[in-house]
Amino acid sequence: MTRDEIVIAIKDIIQQIAPDEDLSSLDKGVRLRDQIELDSMDFLDIVMELRKLYGVQVPEADYKELATLEGCANYLESHLADKELHCASNA
Amino acid sequence: MRYDTLVIGAGFSGLAAGIRAAMFGRRVLVLERHYLWGGLNSFYKRGGRLFDTGLHALTNCGQRGPKGTPLGRLLRQLRIPFDTLELLPQRVSEIVLGERRVRFSNDPVQWTSAIAELFPNDADRFTTLHAELAAADLDRVGAPDRSARKLLTERLGDGPLVDFLLMPTAYYSSAREGDLDWDQFVMLYQAIFCEGMAQPRGGIRPLLKLFVDRLIEVGGELRRKAPVVRILVERDRACGVELEDGQIIAADHVLSSAGWPATMALAGPAWSVQHVDTRDRTRITVLETISVLDTPCERIAGPRPLDCSTVFFADTERFAFKTPEDLVDPHHGVISIPQNFGTPSDWVGHEPILRVTLFAHPDKWHQLPSAEYTQNKRAASDAALALTARLYSDPRPHEVFRDVFTPRTITKYTGHTGGAIYGGPRKWRDGTTPIENLVLIGADQGMSGIVGAGLSGIAMANRHVLGARREIPS
Repeated sequence: MTRDEIVIAIKDIIQQIAPDEDLSSLDKGVRLRDQIELDSMDFLDIVMELRKLYGVQVPEADYKELATLEGCANYLESHLADKELHCASNA
Repeated sequence: MRYDTLVIGAGFSGLAAGIRAAMFGRRVLVLERHYLWGGLNSFYKRGGRLFDTGLHALTNCGQRGPKGTPLGRLLRQLRIPFDTLELLPQRVSEIVLGERRVRFSNDPVQWTSAIAELFPNDADRFTTLHAELAAADLDRVGAPDRSARKLLTERLGDGPLVDFLLMPTAYYSSAREGDLDWDQFVMLYQAIFCEGMAQPRGGIRPLLKLFVDRLIEVGGELRRKAPVVRILVERDRACGVELEDGQIIAADHVLSSAGWPATMALAGPAWSVQHVDTRDRTRITVLETISVLDTPCERIAGPRPLDCSTVFFADTERFAFKTPEDLVDPHHGVISIPQNFGTPSDWVGHEPILRVTLFAHPDKWHQLPSAEYTQNKRAASDAALALTARLYSDPRPHEVFRDVFTPRTITKYTGHTGGAIYGGPRKWRDGTTPIENLVLIGADQGMSGIVGAGLSGIAMANRHVLGARREIPS
């Protein structure tokens, strides 16, 4: 996956978790929870979906790296380089 | 046969826990003793008619919408779209304490002004308190076992205003007498007065169907008429269950919604003797009478129309609720009128229903000889309807059918010791038991109501099955 694809993958997971949120105008550099309603339980689901869909294990100490879409791309780039994007909705 | 997770009980906590575990690839089996799902919030057929049990109203459903509310969080975790609930909001509800009455709807402004009107001298103190309660962060749990009555009395003085706040919140949650834990009070206050009450269209059945369908959709299994008779424990670790028909099912995790005393009893007498004591005696249970009427309640002639969705009543000067000394306490209870949710057009083709719930003695109903049981059931339901007639209008001339369930009925169908509807007075907030991998979910874990039960199942599955040890730092 490219960095752009990682952002698509994350947004797809969020859309699954929070179908009522509009994700079209998310700012990549701003904390996700400041832009949409995303509580700690939802956040946990992002981590668990990453594990389910892509086999990525994010240790608890690194959760803070996933606060923004930009952060997600930075952190997951090396983990997901050899993974194919597939949508949570089809999984 | 081996599962990752076995869930005892297909009520809202068990279904929610099963959905969460199955969503993330666990092999899940939910076991239900009854042939219907739902547990305390279920349905049954009698005299060719279908009746709901449990649910009077779903709390947490008002103006704020689903976002950031406990109901919204529950649905999000299970990925059930909010709109599929088709909520019908309450029209108006009432709290009756002796001669005083306060009406409220799903509009918090209307609620605060109604209180200010009835208690003009306390209006300022109440307004401040309401703002604080409305803004309270439910994730920040304080010290346990703080008395809501004591803290409210410090804020508002010792008067009936405190009773008006305690009565509905205690009726919908408490396993204590005339009081409840402060955090639980705050949660229920927000759920009832800030977020409001509604009835899912069609009552409990479509709501349960959403949960059951979701469980199956994510790959979980549900087996009905499958009572668990034993939880298998090896070296202090749960490793499966035995069913009534002798079948053994092995599992890595066992989640039980049977309540603390029943769960320990299933693990075996040694566990039960050591870990269950008089503190766990159930104090809160109910008798409910359900009348089918030939006329909508609000059109029954009488001094006051029965136009409320829900009535929380105490037929006394002050609210001092205790475990009934008799079979039932005819002075404390709840009236529920499903057809007073939504608009009349939502109920076309439905017979009018009136439900009156009285608090009941946990043991006395279980000990009644069969010959006296039916007759006492009738007498208690007569008392409930007589009280309804005194508080509002007389529904009895319009009754076409009546059914009554008692604590004994609740025990029979749910397996909860003593017919407990809100669990026992002790709570196990982290869900752990002295037996490794045996986890408590539902009312004895600490949350009540449909939303609370669902969130309990979710939180315990997240933590104990999916390994999410703690909440995420911000």
